[in-house]
Amino acid sequence: MSMSGLRVTAGLAALAAGLVIGQSMAFAADAARGKILFTQKYGCYQCHGTEGQGSAITGPKLAPDPIPYEALSSFIRTSSRNMPPFREQILPNADLEDIYAYLKSIPPTKDWKTIPLLSND
Amino acid sequence: MARKNAHPEVNRRKFLAGVAVAGAATTVTSPDVVNAATPPVAAAKIPSALRPTAQQIAVETEIPKDASPLGGRAGSDFMVDVIRSTGIEYVFANPASSFRGIHESLINYGGNTKPEFIECMHEESSIAMAHGYFKATGKLGAVLVHGTVGLMHGTMAVYNAWCDRAPVIVMGGNDLDASRRPPGVPTTHSAQDINAIVRDFTKWDDTPVSLQHFAQSFVRATKFAMTPPHEPVMLTLDAEVQESPIKEHERNTLYIPKYSPAAPPQAEVAALREAAKLLVNAQSPVIVVDRVARTPDGVKYLIELAELLQVPIMDMNGRMNFPNTHYLHQAGPQLISQADVIFGMEMTDFWNTVNGFVDNADNDGLGTQSSKIKPGTKLVTISSVELNEKSNYQDFQRFQAVDLAMVGDAEASLPSLIEAVKMAISNDKKAAYDKRGEGFRKAHAAAHERAMAAAAVAWDASPISTARLTAEIWGAVRDQDWSLVASTGNVSGWPSRLFKFDKHYQWLGSSGGSGLGYGAPASAGAAHGNKSLGRFSVSIQGDGDMMYAPGVLWTCAHHSIPLMYVMHNNRGYHQEVMHVQRMANRRNRVANNGKDFGPIGTKIQNPDIDFATLAKSMGVQGIGPINDPNELGPALKRAVQIVKAGEPVVVDSVTQPR
Repeated sequence: MSMSGLRVTAGLAALAAGLVIGQSMAFAADAARGKILFTQKYGCYQCHGTEGQGSAITGPKLAPDPIPYEALSSFIRTSSRNMPPFREQILPNADLEDIYAYLKSIPPTKDWKTIPLLSND
Repeated sequence: MARKNAHPEVNRRKFLAGVAVAGAATTVTSPDVVNAATPPVAAAKIPSALRPTAQQIAVETEIPKDASPLGGRAGSDFMVDVIRSTGIEYVFANPASSFRGIHESLINYGGNTKPEFIECMHEESSIAMAHGYFKATGKLGAVLVHGTVGLMHGTMAVYNAWCDRAPVIVMGGNDLDASRRPPGVPTTHSAQDINAIVRDFTKWDDTPVSLQHFAQSFVRATKFAMTPPHEPVMLTLDAEVQESPIKEHERNTLYIPKYSPAAPPQAEVAALREAAKLLVNAQSPVIVVDRVARTPDGVKYLIELAELLQVPIMDMNGRMNFPNTHYLHQAGPQLISQADVIFGMEMTDFWNTVNGFVDNADNDGLGTQSSKIKPGTKLVTISSVELNEKSNYQDFQRFQAVDLAMVGDAEASLPSLIEAVKMAISNDKKAAYDKRGEGFRKAHAAAHERAMAAAAVAWDASPISTARLTAEIWGAVRDQDWSLVASTGNVSGWPSRLFKFDKHYQWLGSSGGSGLGYGAPASAGAAHGNKSLGRFSVSIQGDGDMMYAPGVLWTCAHHSIPLMYVMHNNRGYHQEVMHVQRMANRRNRVANNGKDFGPIGTKIQNPDIDFATLAKSMGVQGIGPINDPNELGPALKRAVQIVKAGEPVVVDSVTQPR
């Protein structure tokens, strides 16, 4: 099997696993623990910011309103972009669920038109 | 670095003994003594406890009748005249014995005006200050360094200037004559050829062996440095040439050659016409600019060219080339992928503009590479850098084959290119151009809305988001005649989205060589230049960069340089975080963070640095640390008043990584 074939297979497997996790995580995920993992253990915040706001240089916005868990999980497990893949040996599913719960817990963004520094042009 | 103790073994008693020996030798000199192979000092054996003679006491206590024992004007006085003749106003330097001759001449003979000695605390700072000073003012700054150790300290800054196409004239003191120079440290600090240290990344260098040689070489070096492509140059100042009086035979023959700046090289006219035809006839052209505008004319010509063709300008921000307020200021990968003509002007890395590279594990870890352009796209370049390439250091980047390459200075070539475009445009093009321009107006407005919406995310976060940091700075300086003199530590490109740039001096570009330690001193040099121009200088200052040589804060205080440093204090070397993370992930390992919030060796935590206190320790007003984003605006207002009163200030804002 070629490398690209392996990647597709792995991606589908991760997606399938994600669907299962997605069904169960509502009961188990811990947003507070997820924040600690996001900011202290796995270094997600280094590129995405402590609130998942993202950066035009280092990584996209993750929150608020994160993409579906399955899509996020699939990308994280198989990324071939500048972010290296975080495989399950590095980032266990339980930790990823908690991180996702943290991202889901981040409140909506203010409307920029209500922020004088951004709207007073 | 200064020669800390030029005569470490000589105490006062031994010094007096030496004077006695020298005096005796003078009194009893005979042809045999003069021709002796062994120096008289080493041969003599005189008890060190002799009482000083009246002559010796006079040497120690009286003011010498003739400051120059051999008589006549000091050679380094003439050197000051030469430097002054080229219009150089400042010499940035950390003091050192190997240039003590010219140092004394600068402050006494020259009266420390034009040029004025700007005291720096590290040679890397001296050179970076001259680098920033040029970019703010367009004027050449001179630097004095101790020839070996001082130049070694300054080498990274020379490389930054080289990569950033910035002229600096570096003069290194050296004592070439091994038979006369003092032993010990001064000899350790001498070399056969100090210029060799930086020869690979200077445009030209020389070692003048006489005053006339110095005069010619200084004027020549100035001319070379100031002709595009602008680059640093290096001169050795030999101790004997500096310290000896003007020789008898030189008194009536020494002269200072007239300095006449050379006109910048323009691209060949027929090639410019060919480029104009390609632009005029293209359906989706794009112009990509990096280090084009160094004067108001550069910006003005780019606007004229863009509007003639309704062509989008992608600004890579090597300088402030094109106003981001203009609707033809565009960004985005679709500009490159859909283009049929891409015109790169003074590009640092054209390959990376038209190709993609992802640093992943594919291709046995070499990463993914792919073309970004569609088949048949015509590639055009203009650059002066190709006039002066060197082979060792790889700042010329990957080779990109193009369809039309022009060698010449882009800013100087723009008027001819514009004329060629005007001649090539036919009336039937106008409607298509107008339609194209209308699309870019809408795209520009949409991009602005997206940027504002993105800036609002994590608006109240602590640590402070880089968008909030940038927006608060913009709010504080927007009513000033501001100049963003540097931005280090990476704030995710927010200034180009939140500031409104329309003047060439509002953004001076980055270091060039990406060597840490540029931002703090280059900002100070630029601010020093901006001071006389009445501009307000602000620098977004990375913490890692500041800590390379924070002594530049003292220089700011000592010379009353009005500059607002706003710390982007993300407490880490974040460029490196992802490299370690990437390696760990490829090897299926979790990066070891130790006690920090990032891989061991990449964070500046435990303890956290208090930059306000650091500033205060060197006479600079310090505000912070500020963790609450709502406190940042009021702090910046205070800081603006300090800078307007003519003083530097550091505002320590604790920020998100990027």
